Amino acid sequence: MTDRCISISGVTKYYGNVLVLDDVDLDVGRHEVVCLIGASGSGKSTLLRCINGLTEFDHGTISLDGVSIEDPSWGRNGIYRRIGIVFQSYNLFPHMSVMENITLAPIQVHGVPASEAMAKGRELLDAFGMGRFANAYPEQLSGGQQQRVAIVRALATHPQVLLLDEVTAALDPELVGEVLAVIRRLKAEGMTMVIVTHEMGFARDVADRVCFLDGGRILEQGPPKALFSAPENPRTQKFLQRIIEAGRL
Amino acid sequence: MTVEVSVQDSKGGGPVEEARRPLPPARKKASAAERYVPAAISILMVGLVFGGVIYAVTSAEQWPRIARQFFDLNAMAISFPKVLAGFWLNIQVWVVCLFGIMAWGLVLALFRSLSGPWFAPLRVFTVVYIDLFRGLPVLLLVLIFGFGIPALNLPGLPNSALFWGATAMIISYAAYSAEIFRSGIEAVHDGQWAASRALGLSQWQTMRFAILPQAIRNVVPVLLNLAVALQKDVALLSVIGVRDAVREAQIYTAQTFNYSSLIAAALLFLVATIPLARLTDYIARKDRKRRLQGVL
Repeated sequence: MTDRCISISGVTKYYGNVLVLDDVDLDVGRHEVVCLIGASGSGKSTLLRCINGLTEFDHGTISLDGVSIEDPSWGRNGIYRRIGIVFQSYNLFPHMSVMENITLAPIQVHGVPASEAMAKGRELLDAFGMGRFANAYPEQLSGGQQQRVAIVRALATHPQVLLLDEVTAALDPELVGEVLAVIRRLKAEGMTMVIVTHEMGFARDVADRVCFLDGGRILEQGPPKALFSAPENPRTQKFLQRIIEAGRL
Repeated sequence: MTVEVSVQDSKGGGPVEEARRPLPPARKKASAAERYVPAAISILMVGLVFGGVIYAVTSAEQWPRIARQFFDLNAMAISFPKVLAGFWLNIQVWVVCLFGIMAWGLVLALFRSLSGPWFAPLRVFTVVYIDLFRGLPVLLLVLIFGFGIPALNLPGLPNSALFWGATAMIISYAAYSAEIFRSGIEAVHDGQWAASRALGLSQWQTMRFAILPQAIRNVVPVLLNLAVALQKDVALLSVIGVRDAVREAQIYTAQTFNYSSLIAAALLFLVATIPLARLTDYIARKDRKRRLQGVL
């Protein structure tokens, strides 16, 4: 934890009068994988969206490599270039082919020549076993394939950090595995990731650290083994108890 | 029984088991009665209604006189070349106006969907514009523009009634097309904005690459419907002296006291709009199918 990548301190966020993030502190080290778990409405997705500036927060600071993400020195796209995000509902552009989806940002935002972007895109697609779908359109792909394309699209701008927002929640159970395999592989390659997930088994497997959120606060955090087998906070115990009863752990 | 068969199948059952698998149900064949009776009833009903109307009209005491004045084939034939030439002008005006309306309407819709305090003047302008020109009858605008502006003798601008009448059509119809484009833009899922922003696209790049292509595809059927309406409304330019099909027909009527030229013009409009309406229906149906597929 000496090499801090993301540093969140005192982040507070209201939606109207509703407090969704309550003085959250969290540091994420380089190459670390942090899983955020908790019930719906606990603020985990909001926290994730705050990290790359998609959602604004009211108090506190979030820094990347020691520089606040609100610092003007990042420029208009600096933060988006360094922090990629993948959504639950894929959000691929339906009118563009897979290749067009993943080369749009490199070409239009980062000024990479089209031929170079396509070559890089093909490399990435091949690496994730999606090479033969380069010319397919999103609607022709399964949910799992679409989500893999969405991950490749986020990687195409070479981010330092990848945020994953319930990326398997919309998938049929038999398609979850292929997406999780991609994430495991990214971990093996040393990608820094913050993952919001309901897949407790996966969190236990892939996370270096698991944070349990409730009511907009991080109530408990620690290595997955410790947190899942011997949670200290009664609310964490209750949450995990319900998960176990539902057969998800 | 079926369960057993399927288990054997999964083990790679041979042709013997294959034969035991129940065949898919044969496609239900409609009997002759089922196929033809509804069609026959439809045709009969349409025939009865229209036949009844035609009978009522033609049996009126004054019908022979009306038939001579409105349905005189000879008069139609004589007036036809000029009416057709006028109709060609209608088509030209229609095409030019259509391009103008789509372009200007799209610009208005973009103005209105811009976010951020700097664009507030543009948003206000658009709201006022749309309220104003949707609230005024097109006919009134055509009259005001067609008679009023040429009289101003504006330097550098043409003085023809045709030019200003067409401008009035574009100004009025663009207010409608702007609202159509806006509804298409708003129908695009929020996730598309989030994804674009997260990739670093600017507001304008998001609009151009992610939102607009989907928005326009969403509203093509509605826009075609607008085009059909416009095709008929360009005839309004006849009131400011533009020699279109209706104007030419009226000129003939004024000279001969025979109204058949109007019927000739009416037929020309039908010939143009009916295929367009069918095309609109066809595209709307295809579009609905595409959306349903998207849901599944």
